[in-house]
Amino acid sequence: MNAVFKITLSILILGWASGFGSFSKPSSGGVFTSDTIFNFGRLATPADIQRWDIDIRPDGKGLPKGSGTAQKGKSIFAQKCAACHGVTGVEGPNDRLVSTDSSQGKAIGNYWPYATTVFDYIRRAMPFNQPGTLTDEEVYSLTAFLLEANRVIKPGTELNAQTLPAVQMPALKRYILDDRRGGPIIR
Amino acid sequence: MKVIPGEKPTLLQTKVSRRKLLGGAAAAAVVLAEAPFASAVQAAVTQAELTDPTKIPGVPPGQVGTRSAFEKLVKKPSDISSRTPLQDLFGTITPSDLHFERNHNGVPAIDPAKHELVIHGMVEKSLVLTLADLKRFPSVSRICFLECSGNFRSGSEKLSPQDICGLTSQSEWTGVMLSTIFRQVGVNPKATWFLAEGSDAAVMTRSIPIQKGWDDAMIVYAQNGEAIRPEQGYPFRLFLPGYEGNMSIKWLRRIELSDAPYMTREETSKYTEPVKDGKIRYFSFDIDARSIITFPAYPAQVQKGWIEIRGIAWSGRGKVQQVEISTDAGKSWNPAQLSGPVLDKAHTGFRYLWQWDGRETEIQSRVTDETGYQQPTYKALAAARGSKGGYHFNPITGWVLKPDGRVLLRNG
Ligand code: HEC
Repeated sequence: MNAVFKITLSILILGWASGFGSFSKPSSGGVFTSDTIFNFGRLATPADIQRWDIDIRPDGKGLPKGSGTAQKGKSIFAQKCAACHGVTGVEGPNDRLVSTDSSQGKAIGNYWPYATTVFDYIRRAMPFNQPGTLTDEEVYSLTAFLLEANRVIKPGTELNAQTLPAVQMPALKRYILDDRRGGPIIR
Repeated sequence: MKVIPGEKPTLLQTKVSRRKLLGGAAAAAVVLAEAPFASAVQAAVTQAELTDPTKIPGVPPGQVGTRSAFEKLVKKPSDISSRTPLQDLFGTITPSDLHFERNHNGVPAIDPAKHELVIHGMVEKSLVLTLADLKRFPSVSRICFLECSGNFRSGSEKLSPQDICGLTSQSEWTGVMLSTIFRQVGVNPKATWFLAEGSDAAVMTRSIPIQKGWDDAMIVYAQNGEAIRPEQGYPFRLFLPGYEGNMSIKWLRRIELSDAPYMTREETSKYTEPVKDGKIRYFSFDIDARSIITFPAYPAQVQKGWIEIRGIAWSGRGKVQQVEISTDAGKSWNPAQLSGPVLDKAHTGFRYLWQWDGRETEIQSRVTDETGYQQPTYKALAAARGSKGGYHFNPITGWVLKPDGRVLLRNG
């Protein structure tokens, strides 16, 4: 890196950090133009992003390392989840998690279109009274336990970043995009 | 002071002793203020209100205003939500402390000095913004409704507008346009969605089409002239005009630009509608046009003669074009007057002056929005959906006026 470039770079970074630098057209008449760059805030570091970037997409993007099985999940569920969802995920008192046909109310087996959502939601929001306390391994195992109980995966299936996005959910075929855009039709 | 059970206490059932009166206006005496159709409630009423107010100096100016002790305005909370008392309000702005609430694991306590928003993903440069940073950007204020898409109740004739549809409220929101922020980070043209995430115990997430971000989405930090309330997402929240409330992520901590939606729990397991033929409709973002008569409505008691029928109408797809009133259970319809200004994606007041002859009848309102969509009857909507409720259920509401002056909800 040559010296001039180094200096230019540090001015740019400093400029950003202090909010002085203006890389955009000056706006006139007290009105900002739509492409004004204000240089407010600070650039995010990888650590800034990593601490919160926990989302998982249906294609598996975001899934962490690790794996789990229903067998391990069963005992974790009994310990950390059963009090609110019932020993088999059916009894409640809170949301029913297991249902294998559409006559049994909305649950993972008959209503959820993607298996990755189970992992994402449990990891971010459960257990309800202690959210965010489960390890990735525990979440894989709980996901496996619930998918197996819903008869979505074969007994003994190991879930990991490769196998989880490949799980086909029975309800996916029922999903239709809302295409209403106003107008006189009632749907 | 004695209150006989079963007997309605009057406001001044108590005699205030001369000594107390001499104690000065600031000293408070407790009397029973009667809330209409509620059991008697104890409220602190200053002495000035207990006597001829022109004969005693009033309460000096204070740091914050107070609601009259004679007014009993309350939300109706459940474990997961709290409803706006639509029947007790006037005009179209909801007092901030009466704005409805729906949260998925409580209201978090957030120190604005420690709270940060991270914007990353398909952008040229990822940014961290604080509340102070957001306030430096050009600001925009806009009056809009916010409604939960699960805003429908039925099943009893003794339901008030608050019970039936109290999960809608309106405020003037102030903040920065999300498009302004998008320009700061330099959105990759291939990005088609963004994820918004909250800093609550549910770590609430929703996927939002990028176009909404460019069109009219905002990050708001103020509501009706002051900082938004903790229940509304303090220190700031996403605000998506016209979209179902759940998407306007409160306590916003992260925005991630992406080329695919995330299919979070809140856009699959919840906030989707089972419709005909066993199908499940998803990504139903727009709030369908709806109206409701808020007076006369249960629990009001009316008398024959002139009645100004009043209510609110709104649409997530644009402006209210027309509101019609029926005073014969939907057989004939007449236009109501709209109380301007009629704003885009905003609660719009309507009124209709009517002379009631005292015979039993049913009054209804129905809205048409600028797309030509007309609010359906319950029967038409239930038939079209193949369901009797659920998300985005916006049927016409009917109120039955009984000869004795009671006003009851008509169900079905
Ligand atoms: C203290 C009670 C409690 C505990 C313990 C608990 N949950 Fe929950 N769970 C809830 C509540 C309440 C909801 C609904 C939250 C909402 O709707 O926002 C829920 C929702 C869920 C859902 C989504 C259901 C649906 O149909 O959308 C899943 C999946 C779930 N819990 C899994 C778990 C797992 C796995 C555990 C154990 C690690 C667990 N829960 C522990 C109370 C609990």
